Amino acid sequence: MALKDEKNIEAYGQTYNAMTPGSFAKSMRTCKIWQFFRFIAINIKMIVVVGKSH
Amino acid sequence: MARLVVLGGGVAGHTTATFAAKWLGSGHEVVVVTPNSKWNWIPSNIWVGVGQMSKEEVTFDLAPVYAKAGINYKQAKALSLNPEGNESSDKSFVTIEYTEAGKAGQTETIEYDYLVNATGPKLNFGATPGLGEGSELGEHTVSVCTADHAVHAASKLKESIEKMKNGERQKFLIGTGHGMCTCQGAAFEYIFNIEHELNKAGVRDMADMQWISNESFLGDFGMGGLHIKSMDYTVSSKIFAESLFVERNVKWLIGAHVSKVEAGSIDYELLDGSTGKETFDFAMLIPPFAGVGLKAFAKDGSDITDTVFAPNGFMKVDANYAAGAYENWKASDWPSTYQNPTYSNLFAAGIAFAPPHPISKPMAAPSGTPITPTPPRTGMPSGIIGKAVAYSVCDLITKGENAHLHEASMADMGAACVASTGKGVFDGTAAAMTVYPVVPDFDKYPGTGRDTDHTFGEIGLAGHWIKHILHFLFIWKAKLKFGWTMIPE
Repeated sequence: MALKDEKNIEAYGQTYNAMTPGSFAKSMRTCKIWQFFRFIAINIKMIVVVGKSH
Repeated sequence: MARLVVLGGGVAGHTTATFAAKWLGSGHEVVVVTPNSKWNWIPSNIWVGVGQMSKEEVTFDLAPVYAKAGINYKQAKALSLNPEGNESSDKSFVTIEYTEAGKAGQTETIEYDYLVNATGPKLNFGATPGLGEGSELGEHTVSVCTADHAVHAASKLKESIEKMKNGERQKFLIGTGHGMCTCQGAAFEYIFNIEHELNKAGVRDMADMQWISNESFLGDFGMGGLHIKSMDYTVSSKIFAESLFVERNVKWLIGAHVSKVEAGSIDYELLDGSTGKETFDFAMLIPPFAGVGLKAFAKDGSDITDTVFAPNGFMKVDANYAAGAYENWKASDWPSTYQNPTYSNLFAAGIAFAPPHPISKPMAAPSGTPITPTPPRTGMPSGIIGKAVAYSVCDLITKGENAHLHEASMADMGAACVASTGKGVFDGTAAAMTVYPVVPDFDKYPGTGRDTDHTFGEIGLAGHWIKHILHFLFIWKAKLKFGWTMIPE
């Protein structure tokens, strides 16, 4: 299990109550297959908001 | 034949002028007055600032584009407005001073039937001692507000990277340089793009990275933050912003007013009244914005600047400037037609209009120093406003002075924003967001002030692809290439 980001948390410091991503969450950010589907989904969401705004 | 004068060739002004020229045709005249010879796609200046794009990739010459559109282009800055004319004529006119080589310093008056003020912001570096003088960047920090600034910033970043490669630790300080700044999003993009580049250069472990801003919470972005649905929870942008800062090991100092900048350090004051000093080796601090300093004169020559413009230099429009305390704020305070209340042939679009008040709750240090993010006017709202104003002016010209004015309140429109957190076709990421409406309406949407079905955000490679595609799309649109009107603002 990747602990890299959790190491940035300091007990009772400003970072103590933040959520940090695990290795799966981070890998999905640049997983090209998953991000291709997210590209389509995000564009649909944006087109809807653009349409509501014009 | 009527004449529309548009002051400014940025997102709002360029949108207004090009649509007005298209709709009015050759029967009427559109004039653009802007001191710049080039158009700049400002959102990509971030990538210029980290050396990932060149100045040529984010700018193009305006003259040929305006010639193609049949727009009369004057490379000049506007000095003053005479909306009532002068003692010899009732015709409204604007006084300009050329910045074009060969004519620099020459002044001219241009009569107008309608004028749209889309002059954008004065980059008020001089508001913070040591940050700069007037609108000129000082020597202690860098900027990504213009393409030239960003080129300089990239060269300084390269120097810092070389130092780290030679074993010298570097402290990076990025954020806002005054208690009343906006554009936290641009600073957010810059700090995470730097972090991404330092990782690529293999020197991230030699860097200490610190954010400083006037936000009362991370993720405010000048609009009171936003709430996103995530796994069926409604989550504040504060949670996601703090998560990213912790993940990327970037410390933060918020609720801060930078009171002084010196070589290698800044002084600041916080909302809790404490003061401190922060050192840096490399710093980018967004300056506060003000109006460009246009004056206005009545027919008899008396100064009526205070009638036409707010104290911050932005032009008064159909907003409620008497809303008072935060508890009284309403979505309806925000303008919808952007028409000046005193002179019906004057409009303001984009950053140039005076907002009624901030979006974020106003706060101040015990000393009275205001530390409140001012409202952002990003590309999408600026473009929509510019187009609505163009529509209104065209109708006034072609249908008469009682024509219906088109509305585009920021309380009735959304915004799609993409904040880059690192450039790379396969390893880049960006936070893609929509917020609806831009200005929260707590009557219509109790609780968050926004429609959470249309307010969302996520970070990933898809966001980066979107931002890069939008770079090409909006430059294509601004160059008036085939199908440009089909690309929405």
